[in-house]
Amino acid sequence: MSDLSVALTGNPNTGKSTIFNELTGARQKIGNWPGVTVDKKTGLVEYKDRKIYVIDLPGTYSMNARSQEEQVVSDYFKENKPDIVVNVVDASNMARNLFLTVQLMEQGVPLIINLNMMDEAKRHGIKIDETKLEKIFGMPVTNTVGRSHDSVKVLLDVFTNTRMSNYSPSPEIQEHIAKINKIRTENNSAEKIEEEIISARYDFIDKVMAEAVTVQAADPTLSDKLDKYLANGISSLVIMFAMFYLLFQIAFNWIGQPLADLLGEFFEETLAPAATEAMASAGVADWMQSLVSDGIIVGVGSVLSFVPLIFTLFLCLSFLDGTGYMARVAFVMDPIMRRAGLSGKGIMPLIMGFGCGVPAIMGARALDTHKDRMISILVTPFLTCNAKVPILALFAVMFFPDHAANIVFAMYFVGIATAIIMAKILNVTTFKGEDSTFLLELPPYRLPDIKTVLLETWDKGKGYLIKAGTIIFAMSVLIWFLSSFNSNGMAEDESDSYLQSIGSATSVLFAPQGFDTWEAGAAVITGVLAKEAVVSTLGILYGADDISTEAEDAEETSGTLMETAMGSAFTPLSALAFMIFTQLYSPCVTALGTIKKETQSWKWMGFAFVYTCAVAWFASLIVYQGGKLLGFE
Amino acid sequence: MTLKSAELGEIVRIDSVGESSLKQRLLTMGLIPGTRVEILRSAPLGDPIAVRLRAYNLALRKDDAEKIEVSKVG
Repeated sequence: MSDLSVALTGNPNTGKSTIFNELTGARQKIGNWPGVTVDKKTGLVEYKDRKIYVIDLPGTYSMNARSQEEQVVSDYFKENKPDIVVNVVDASNMARNLFLTVQLMEQGVPLIINLNMMDEAKRHGIKIDETKLEKIFGMPVTNTVGRSHDSVKVLLDVFTNTRMSNYSPSPEIQEHIAKINKIRTENNSAEKIEEEIISARYDFIDKVMAEAVTVQAADPTLSDKLDKYLANGISSLVIMFAMFYLLFQIAFNWIGQPLADLLGEFFEETLAPAATEAMASAGVADWMQSLVSDGIIVGVGSVLSFVPLIFTLFLCLSFLDGTGYMARVAFVMDPIMRRAGLSGKGIMPLIMGFGCGVPAIMGARALDTHKDRMISILVTPFLTCNAKVPILALFAVMFFPDHAANIVFAMYFVGIATAIIMAKILNVTTFKGEDSTFLLELPPYRLPDIKTVLLETWDKGKGYLIKAGTIIFAMSVLIWFLSSFNSNGMAEDESDSYLQSIGSATSVLFAPQGFDTWEAGAAVITGVLAKEAVVSTLGILYGADDISTEAEDAEETSGTLMETAMGSAFTPLSALAFMIFTQLYSPCVTALGTIKKETQSWKWMGFAFVYTCAVAWFASLIVYQGGKLLGFE
Repeated sequence: MTLKSAELGEIVRIDSVGESSLKQRLLTMGLIPGTRVEILRSAPLGDPIAVRLRAYNLALRKDDAEKIEVSKVG
């Protein structure tokens, strides 16, 4: 038997992806549609000795090419003729869902109309006459119950038994198409024609609804009741902040970060020494030993140690997204986000930025417009991620012992303020003229399909590992090289390496900020690798090797470092300037790698690096010079 | 009157959708003249608003709602 190709298309929130996951299970591949950041999901099912290739097109309300997703769907049908197209329709929300159906029919795409969420429709008192529906469209109609495995399996029989060539558009559809064609020939502006066509489509849908669907008045749905609390009044704000808090606790205190720490420890304290020992006894050259334990293992470790965090965060977010709650968060937060020229949907990625910029940058792809995505990605690095906290804590305790907490809090504020200001500036400069719009469906609350949540989480994690991981790894090895070598070969230690030369060259840049020591310069450079490295580098360079990089231990660490030359290398004012600089400057390598992956552009990655450094440089300059003018030291 | 000035809980019928960059998306989402719309609620901070039409719920900003002319039903 020949192979079959099946394309799934439909509106967002129709359970289309769940059907795709039920059909293909783990046998699916996630790629990217060329030129856009839209996932391309394909999978393979074998059924009755036939190979069925399934493609899950992005969920769209129409095919008008107004968004990346719509462009993808529209191009797909122009270039491909799959054996079977399944139009997944939410049975409880047919009137709007059929818009895409009608549009597909107009373009001559033969399709199977699959009414999904039949159980939900029944609960809402909606009765659908499938025979009539079949007659009105002239196309086969099937039905499924969202998460029921069995009902999705029935689809496979439909695929293998249906001959699309037996079906042809009904007279009603042909009449509709004739009407559309007539509108197109009218002597009107393109917009006017488009508007009339949209009206004609809804006229047709109204007829379908009147003939094939009956709705009995039902009680207010559970979603309506929940929205009274979750999207209404003060309770919605309280619940939202509680949800954010819970998310952070899970990701950074309970599961994600503790696992990440364990993994990091394993790499640094077990694997690296073991490898060194093994190589030493095998008589491997010194530089090779160093490359493996300080370069490769540390590099792989820094990639992997982000994995638990990313998996945990995305597991929570996928779940929340599947429930429909994220739409409510966007609804509640839109007025605040709009002040920075963004839309409500942008709040979630930015909130994540206070934990870690990497998932925050990855999360930006859920946003509607190119502008929203780009601005969100570009301002995330200013926020105080977890890795910056140890730097802030250390410097605050060392140089402002009486006001440490206030200083750290002020740094959070500096980060947020810079992000808002830069969002506004990017809004009116680089991305001028691009719209930020807000038009959002508030889907009914549903219990997410666990398989779909797990697969989504896995995809995100895998995408990070492969794409960002490669860049992070390469950069880690580069930093290793710089800190282990000088022009004569292998260096004794960092104070004798390229890093030292580069550090002192870099430090010249910071003369106006008052922290122009080569140690500070070198710390700034290793900080690009990972912000945590700023503290450990300063520790090593000032000869206090075994200091803790945990924020909780800042008191102890600061005591140790105060006795070294570092205590006199900074004044309170230059320490403040250094804090501001490290708070705002370049995203870490991992975040840079993620920016490259998400924007698909080296140029934007370079821009993110250069402009954050520039902002940080000027901000710290203003603080230091301004402080001096005011008589501080 | 406009969709923005309609009161919570009110049911209105759309008369026309004014020009804006969002117009075609609004129409595509089913906000075409003649459609019945129920005003569900406004967000806790006053904006956007949530409405119900064609058996689904949609959130839109007041600025955009202001461009939609409606009249009371019944």
